[in-house]
Amino acid sequence: MFLKENILLAIAGLKSNKVRALLTMLGIIIGIGSVIAIVTIGNAVTSSVSDTFSSMGANNIMVNVAERDDQDGRGPSGKIDDDDLISLEQLERFQERYADQIGALSVTCGGGSGKVKDGRLYANVSIEGANEGTKEISNIKMLKGRFLKAKDVNAMRKAAVVSDKLVHNIFKDKTDPLGKEINIYKDDGVDSYTIVGVYKYEQNAFQGGGQTASDKDISTTLYIPVTVAQQTAENKNFQYFMVKSKPTVDTAVFADTVQKYFDGLYANNEKYTCQIQNMESYLEQATSTLNTISVAVAAIAAIALLVGGIGVMNIMLVSVTERTREIGTRKALGARSIYIKMQFIVESIIICVIGGIIGVLLGIGLASIGVNLLHATLKISIPVIIISVGFSMCIGIFFGYYPASKAAKLDPIEALRYE
Amino acid sequence: MSGKVIIDMQHIVKNFYIGTPNELHIIKDISLTVNEGDFVSIVGASGSGKSTLMNMIGVLDRPTSGEYVLDGIPVAQMSDNEMSDVRNRKIGFVFQTYNLIPRSSALKNVELPMLYAGVDRKMRTRRAKELLDLVGMKERMHHKPNELSGGQKQRVAIARALANDPAMILADEPTGALDSSTGRMVMDLLHKVHKEGGKTIVLITHNNDLASETERIITIKDGMIISDVSNNPKQEEKVEASCS
Repeated sequence: MFLKENILLAIAGLKSNKVRALLTMLGIIIGIGSVIAIVTIGNAVTSSVSDTFSSMGANNIMVNVAERDDQDGRGPSGKIDDDDLISLEQLERFQERYADQIGALSVTCGGGSGKVKDGRLYANVSIEGANEGTKEISNIKMLKGRFLKAKDVNAMRKAAVVSDKLVHNIFKDKTDPLGKEINIYKDDGVDSYTIVGVYKYEQNAFQGGGQTASDKDISTTLYIPVTVAQQTAENKNFQYFMVKSKPTVDTAVFADTVQKYFDGLYANNEKYTCQIQNMESYLEQATSTLNTISVAVAAIAAIALLVGGIGVMNIMLVSVTERTREIGTRKALGARSIYIKMQFIVESIIICVIGGIIGVLLGIGLASIGVNLLHATLKISIPVIIISVGFSMCIGIFFGYYPASKAAKLDPIEALRYE
Repeated sequence: MSGKVIIDMQHIVKNFYIGTPNELHIIKDISLTVNEGDFVSIVGASGSGKSTLMNMIGVLDRPTSGEYVLDGIPVAQMSDNEMSDVRNRKIGFVFQTYNLIPRSSALKNVELPMLYAGVDRKMRTRRAKELLDLVGMKERMHHKPNELSGGQKQRVAIARALANDPAMILADEPTGALDSSTGRMVMDLLHKVHKEGGKTIVLITHNNDLASETERIITIKDGMIISDVSNNPKQEEKVEASCS
């Protein structure tokens, strides 16, 4: 009923009283904005977390040497001895014992960060000792050459697997990097390695954490044989490793097997034990935390929307009173009650929908800041936006209905006489 | 003019607080006919029942009893919606306080009755412009009421009253809020609408000088017509008052 006229009228009304309109909308803006922000951030984090986990392999199992819980009140005892850690020999025995079940086993060791330099060209790297299984466990995609092999690890060869980014920075994509020597400058000296393979660099939520470097300066991982990396490490044995079952073996059952095996190894160790962590359980934990946060925010948003709706109703009632004479005039000029009702409902809807749209924009703004901080990718969910704006519209109808009915019921004679 | 009857009221009674000890008999059996093209004034002191009668002539209120046929339509027992429709099509209101819609331009104000009548947009705008031209307000058609003077507002209101080509114009103290020269100009405009457009006009006033300009003066007192006289308007042919 005169929809276009009513909408134009409502917008003209809002324009003529901008501050009041904004204050009226505030509750809706905050409600919708927070819903959009949290849903968008939640989606971004969930998808990047699950992307990361699945790229790391959701069925990877992490075996971790940790202090026993029952060391009451004594805090971490500081240095951990090699005796308490897992040695390569132990790992080999473990691998042999379950050769039929183990798909891959990755043992890694940090080698610090450094710079690969060639004249004026450079690339930042973080060095990581790895073994043959790391390729599969960490889901490394090779572009050229090969990944590290058992023979590299056993012979402690100075072999390196580098990222395509490094190749781009150092070789400018002109020469074939395979077989080339590179010099890695670290705080404690220079080391030469031979490139045996190039992998595809992928930034993920965890690797990129806290980095603000420009694209050129981003540090990429450079893999060297774990035995080589270990030479400079404090401990010669390992605190943790990752293992993956064969596709035919159930991850949970396998995790139990691994737990039992290492419980056996650490049965006589008073201070340390082995913890088995399943990536899948991490993912579930992260998702359920996010869900809890989402529910809490949704509850707050619902309250904000309720309060916002009441605010809209309040201002609509004020508006009806203020415009009593206008309503009387309109009725005298032949407006049926339903036209008056529609006019005020449309006005209420317009307030709420504009508030909703501002809320959506605000929510997306907040979400993009949040998502940036978390290094995830912003994914705007169109259905969520449509639902939000639709919901604002419903608030407009719900809270506008009573004031509009009040306006429609006014007696034209009384209304015309109203001062 | 022609003998067509626009207002035909028979034994109209209006009581308030019906059934209570305070029951008021505001209109006590009024019968009244107004022919097409008449310029009638209804005068009376405040409290005479003048306003109540006007509300019923204007189909804003129903009589407690009696018959009212407006331009051939019996309106006494209509529903609210039917009354709205009759007001929309048959009556052009001119109020003392103009009652223009504050946030709408002069043009939109004149279009309003046509909007409620379901006239399409183009027609509405065309006719509203013609009417604003007629009342000398075409240059200011995009102005909002608060940008217009009292006389200008009342001229816009008269244009609005004419929008749906109503059977009559019901003017309630149209000069009441204006100074004498502007009031004169508004009266001249009503005379022009009456003479050139042949509109039936009912003027409600307590001002006997204004009433004396009309062709027929009906006086109300205590809810009854105490006099109903034909009048030879001695309206001085004035130079059109400048419009501003």
